[in-house]
Formats: sequence, C-alpha cells, structure tokens
Amino acid sequence: MSEARVVNGGRTVAVERATGVGVRRWIRKPWRLAAEVGALLIAVVVAFPLYWMVLSAFKPAGEVRSERPVPWTLSPSLDSFRRVFEQGDFARYFANSVLVAGSVVVASALIAFLAATAVTRFRFRLRTTLLILFLAAQMVPVEALTIPMFFLMRDFGALNSLVSLILPHLAFSLPFAIWMLRGFVKAVPEALEEQAFIDGASRTRFLWQILFPLVFPGLVATSVFSFISTWNDFLFAKSFIISEVENSTLPMALLVFFDAETPDWGGVMAASTVMTVPVLIFFVCVHRRLVSGLGGAVK
Amino acid sequence: MSAATTVAERPGTSPEKPVRATGKRRGPRRQGGPWTPWLYLAPALVVLAGLLIYPIYQLGLISFLEYTQLQVSGGEPTTFRGFGNYAELFGDSQFWDVLLATLLFAAACVVGTMLTGCSLAVLLTRIRPLPRLVLMLAALGAWATPAITGSTVWVFLFDPDFGPVNKVLGLGDFSWTYGQLSAFALVFFEVVWCSFPLVMVTTYAGIQAIPKEVLEAASLDGASVWRTWRSVMAPMLRPILIVVTIQSIIWDFKVFTQIYVMTGGGGIAGQNLVLNVYAYQKAFASSQYSLGSAIGIVMLVILLGVTLVYLKLLRRNGEEL
Repeated sequence: MSEARVVNGGRTVAVERATGVGVRRWIRKPWRLAAEVGALLIAVVVAFPLYWMVLSAFKPAGEVRSERPVPWTLSPSLDSFRRVFEQGDFARYFANSVLVAGSVVVASALIAFLAATAVTRFRFRLRTTLLILFLAAQMVPVEALTIPMFFLMRDFGALNSLVSLILPHLAFSLPFAIWMLRGFVKAVPEALEEQAFIDGASRTRFLWQILFPLVFPGLVATSVFSFISTWNDFLFAKSFIISEVENSTLPMALLVFFDAETPDWGGVMAASTVMTVPVLIFFVCVHRRLVSGLGGAVK
Repeated sequence: MSAATTVAERPGTSPEKPVRATGKRRGPRRQGGPWTPWLYLAPALVVLAGLLIYPIYQLGLISFLEYTQLQVSGGEPTTFRGFGNYAELFGDSQFWDVLLATLLFAAACVVGTMLTGCSLAVLLTRIRPLPRLVLMLAALGAWATPAITGSTVWVFLFDPDFGPVNKVLGLGDFSWTYGQLSAFALVFFEVVWCSFPLVMVTTYAGIQAIPKEVLEAASLDGASVWRTWRSVMAPMLRPILIVVTIQSIIWDFKVFTQIYVMTGGGGIAGQNLVLNVYAYQKAFASSQYSLGSAIGIVMLVILLGVTLVYLKLLRRNGEEL
C-alpha cells in the first residue's frame, strides 16, 4: 500500500503544479475532506457488526437482553464465554474444526500446487479442457451435492467421522485453489526454470526446492479461501455427523445457542467471536497476497 | 488441443509469449516425458473425479429415480421414473416461486455488491492514506467473517427486542424476519456486507494498475468522477470487473448459509427459500431425495450457462486460459 500512497501523493502534486493555480487546490480540498469523512463513516458502519459481536460477547447477560442497547459496557464479563466453553465438548469441537480445516488447507494447497504447475508450466493435449473443467467445477452448487455425498460417505463407512468432512471440502476447495494459484505459478519467470535445468537440477528438485518456496506466499493466500469455507461449514457437519456428537464442529456448537426459541444472544455472540477471531488473524496476515492473487486469477 | 495453437498463432500480445515458445521448443529436452504434467495432475484429478464428478453423476441418477426414505433404508427397490421427478417439480407452483425469488435475490445481491464495491474502490483512490487504511481494515474484517457468524450477528443487530438497529431507526419491535421482503432485505444486507470487500479490493488494485497519465489527463480535461469511471476506468478494468461479477453471480446464486441461518431454514412457510435451500429441505427435511436432486440438477444447468457466458467473455477479451 505504501507504494500506492507515494504514487497517489505524487499525482496530486503533479496536477496542482500542472494547473499552476492555487484555486484548484481549494476546490479539491473540501471535496477530499468530504470524501474522507464519508469513507470513515462507511468504515464505522462496515465495522459495526463485528464491534457489536465482540461487545455483546463481553456484556453481562442483563445488558445483552436490555431493551435499551448501548454501544458500550461498563462491566465487561466473561460469563458468555464461560457458558460457551462449558457447553458440551466445546474444546473438542474447536479442535475438530481446526483439524478438519487444517487437513483441507494443507492437502488442497499441495494438490493444487502440483496441478497449477502442470497447467501453467506445460503445454499438453486437453490442457484447455482441464482448465475449463476447473472453472466449471467452481460453479457446482456444493449444497446440492450433500445428497449424493451422503450416500457416498455412507458407502465408504465414513459417516460420523471427520473424514466425511475433510474429503468433500477438499474436493470443493480444489478448483478455486488451482484457478487462483495459476497466477502465482505463472509469475515465476520461465528463465529461472531453464537456469535450474542447465545447472543440473532435476524436475522434482526444481519443483520443491525452487518453485515451491517462490509460490509459497501465494499458496498461503489461496489457503484462506479453503480455510474459510471449511471453517464455516455446518451443512456437512449437520448432515454427516449424526450419532457421534463428539465429532461435531464449531458451527454446530454455535447453532446450539442460536436454534432455541429464545436464543442465548450472549452465548451466540461469544461463540461467534471465538469462531471469527482465528479467521481474522489469518486474513490480516495474508491480505496483501490476497489482492495480487485475485489479480493473478484474473489473468 | 486447438486452443493451444490459437494461443501460439495469436500475434504476441504480451512479452512473455516468445519465452514460452522457446520453452515449448525445448520441452522435449527437459527431464521427464510428456506424462509429467499428468503425474502432477493425478492427485487433483483423482480427488475431483471421486468426490465431485462421481457425486454429480449420482445426483443426476437419483433425479431420475424414485428415491425416498423407503429406498434409502432398503425397504423398497429403487425404480426408474424417467423425467417423472422433473415433471412433478415443474408442475409445482412453489418451485417457480422459489426459482423467481432466487433469480431476483441473486440479481439484487450482485448489483448491490458491485455498486458498493466499485464506488468504494473509486472513493479509496480519492482519499489520503489514513482514512483509506481505516476503510480497508473495516472491509477486511467484514470479508474475513465466516458466513455463519456474520448471519447470527446480523440477525442479532436487527433483533426486534434487543437489536440496536430498530432502536436507532425507531422501528419499535418490527420483526425483519416476519415479512418476505424484509427478511430478504436483511439477508441482502448481510450478503452485500460480506461480499463487497472482494470487489472493492480487487477493483482498487485494478485502478492502481491504470497508468497515472491516463487518469491525470482525464482530470485535466475536467472529467467528473462519474465520467472518469464510465469512460476511462471501467473500460480498462473490464477483465477484472467481469471476473468479480461472475464470481458474485456464482456465489449469490448459491447462497445457502445466510438464508438457512437468518430465516430459520427458508422463512415462514418457506417464503424465503432459494433453490439451494429448497433442494436441501426437500431432500433432508422431507426425505424426497429425488426431488432434491432434480432441483440440484436445475441449478447446475443454470450455473453451467453462466460458465459458458463467462468463457465467451474471456475469449472475446482475448484472455488466454
């Protein structure tokens, strides 16, 4: 972002110098100020739901269920979090979610890396067909596939196990991951590859010791999407984990608070906070790569 | 493939082409045979074939069968119904209502997301770094929020008893989830909230990549913000805008979590059902697996149509796959 800052600043100066009239500056300024105030107001509106979530998680029960909600609390409490953590096997659900999302992220990153390398670094028959397949696969309505997936998992004997959550998500996150990784793999100059082979590196060596580290940041950015969709899933957890509740995941625990006739809002917000924070951290860490990755997916 | 030759034949649109051509010529000298790419592709293809293509085939198959709880438990043999399920589906007026609602809702979400995202992207280019950073961070927060927690939070915000929105707007105990339109509006807000950041960030990055001289020239010519966007930015951003629009269409057409969580599985008497939730409810709530599958196939066909349009647009742009 710092680069953009410099460029943008430079542009303003250039324009002002070009017109050479101070008047222009005066016309520009109140405009920009209004735009900035507008931007800050929008930022407040956009951030408000998250603020309200965290706030409500820390409010004591009486304040959450108050008829006059106020955007602050004078007596923060951990009661809601306590209820969340004491509900069922919450730690277990959290661990399950981490395990499922982690497995999907690692497996899909590795598989997508290999596939993206194949479709960007090689020319072969059916290459375009495959790319179209990967593109079309992103369109598949995942939820509709719950039905055949259920029968498939039943026939595998995988129902009620975490495998029944890992496998479908792996399949659903692959196409987008491959599609997005292409840009990152393409960005590595071909000359580097030539050089590596001239220096006598084997293909495997080039792949894992040169290409992989170079593409790694992109791999992490791509993983955010697999992570979010897996972390967020409650449909498969709801449909495939029927009897062995200890294999349930976070969203299911969240819905326990939410489903009741009179939802325990404090609990819902605390559980939502617990679910959102890891993703937020992941996101903030990789957001710069994300932008270039999406740019890569465009090209 | 013919496409490979088209690419090679097309006059060098980018400087990387000649390099690639050289790479191709030298290809055989590299280690590994022509099967190397297939080796790399093997894990992906195995996973996709087993867990995506096979289930799609199964989905199609079930949609032609009589398949209810009885067949699942093995109480009755499965029978072939041909297009019977589809006939039943198309004869059901609820299906058409849901289809229409899905299309309108998805269209509203796409338009809302694109308008919000693009105008905020332009706004970002007009302000100083600090407010820009603040808006970016807020948007990242919304983007990162998992759909399920976003849904619960928005329902809480608009809760008739304890939510702040009704208090601020003076709506009393107006229930947003009671009416069909207001419930869809609530979901619309949440969907736009969590999907505009992608459009904003990508479009902003795209605008940054436009040569500064072009924008300067527009500014010197006294072009208004709207005019600059319309005549300079939008045409140059076309490829990016196409991608994000198509992504939005795909995502918003398939909205599931938000509707399911926020309207309690499709709203009162199913008034807020969209195709995806409808298919799920048919299959798992009323055990009509074959009808649910038929709905899934209908969705698949519609989205396949979107894919074809997308490919056509990519081709017309001269994009290389």
